[in-house]
Amino acid sequence: MNRIDSRSVTNAVEEIIKQAETRLSDDVIQALEKASDSETDPTAKSQLNAILKNITIAGANNIPMCQDTGIMVFFVEIGRDIFLDFDLDLAILQGVRQATISVPLRPNAVEPLTRKNSGDNTGDGLPDINYSFTAGNTIKITVAPKGAGSENMSTHTMLRPSQTDQVKPFIVESVLKAGGMPCPPIIVGVGIGGSFDKSARLAKRALLRDLGQMDEYELEILTAINTLGIGPMGLGGSTTALAVHVEKAHCHTASLPVAVNIQCWANRHASVTLEVEHE
Amino acid sequence: MSEHHLRTPLHKKDIIKLRAGDIVYLSGIIYTARDEAHLRILEMTGSGKPLPFNLDGAAIYHCGPLIIPDKEGWKIIAAGPTTSARMIDMTPALLDSYSVRAIIGKGGMKDIAPVLKDNCVYLAYTGGCAALAVDMVKEVKGVHFQDLGMPEAVWVLEVDNFGPLIVGVDAKGKDLYAEVIRQAEKSLTKVS
Repeated sequence: MNRIDSRSVTNAVEEIIKQAETRLSDDVIQALEKASDSETDPTAKSQLNAILKNITIAGANNIPMCQDTGIMVFFVEIGRDIFLDFDLDLAILQGVRQATISVPLRPNAVEPLTRKNSGDNTGDGLPDINYSFTAGNTIKITVAPKGAGSENMSTHTMLRPSQTDQVKPFIVESVLKAGGMPCPPIIVGVGIGGSFDKSARLAKRALLRDLGQMDEYELEILTAINTLGIGPMGLGGSTTALAVHVEKAHCHTASLPVAVNIQCWANRHASVTLEVEHE
Repeated sequence: MSEHHLRTPLHKKDIIKLRAGDIVYLSGIIYTARDEAHLRILEMTGSGKPLPFNLDGAAIYHCGPLIIPDKEGWKIIAAGPTTSARMIDMTPALLDSYSVRAIIGKGGMKDIAPVLKDNCVYLAYTGGCAALAVDMVKEVKGVHFQDLGMPEAVWVLEVDNFGPLIVGVDAKGKDLYAEVIRQAEKSLTKVS
């Protein structure tokens, strides 16, 4: 017998969407508090304090912290020992439909050319679900609602293999061009290597990492970004980014793809692990 | 950096005294308008049709709120600002036709200072602070262009001390965002 059914996946998905939309994880809140303490510019401080106040209100009232509730991006890790006898895609999609009503979410999904809104945050290719396999008998579902303000400022380039020294300037210039538009302080997800599309996916995955764990390369880029002085909301200050996360993959010897996925301060994501027992 | 409490409809004298970097709290009526609403307003204006709302002395809010129907009318769930840059191309024509006195949004609008000069200010509301905004909305007074969909419709919001709003671009031609970017560009040449 399979203890997991379509309904429990749907309900779990609805629940993590609600959690992600209304609450930020402690690492992000702490990073924002630290930034607010260290900012000396009164305008920058006012913006960070408004953000912190907003997070408190959203959590207390169980309402979305941002009206751009995003499009739903899922990362699903499926244990190799489990057997599914239902359509997992459909179960997740139903969870998005339920959450659209219950959270509620703003209907954001439109046909790309007619711009017709589907009304329930689903459509061709939406929600965006990424599957991977892992050991064990669990399904871990992570949702990362992604707003457009920051997504629209993301960049991609195919550098020449001889331009490894251009990676860092490309990232910093991407942040400069974005200015106040992606709602800084931002988190910068970077994908280096792989292929044209894989680099973008790496950049998106990099945003899921907890803030605060950065290697030397990442810290160097973070320092360069915060030297720009763009500050919270582009109004000036020393906190332009809270973190830079770089993920890499081997790539073709003739290629150097670099993707920069920009995330606003509302670095929303939440996970659930469903355990499956076989008898 | 001084603080101002203003009420709509706004007059020229209210906004002319504001300086980039000042803090504003706004009370009264604000109209949400983003991409599609701007297009609709300009289309109607172009064909000589009157708007179903009055933009003279108005504050326009670049916002696509999350609002649900309830027994008394509408319940506002979230109402933070959207990226103003998307409205740059449509704003000069809008300000040519109507005496809009304040544009509220986030991220600034490149090269907008000459368009606003002597007539209008750009006020920055903290991006993403949608729950905080709801606390300052007293009532959803109505909606226009509802066929455009929830985010793109024009929502009439009555607000009470809506802010803090930072004067991003004042009516004297000073643009805080442009200054920040100019500084950032100088710093960039140092780090690379």
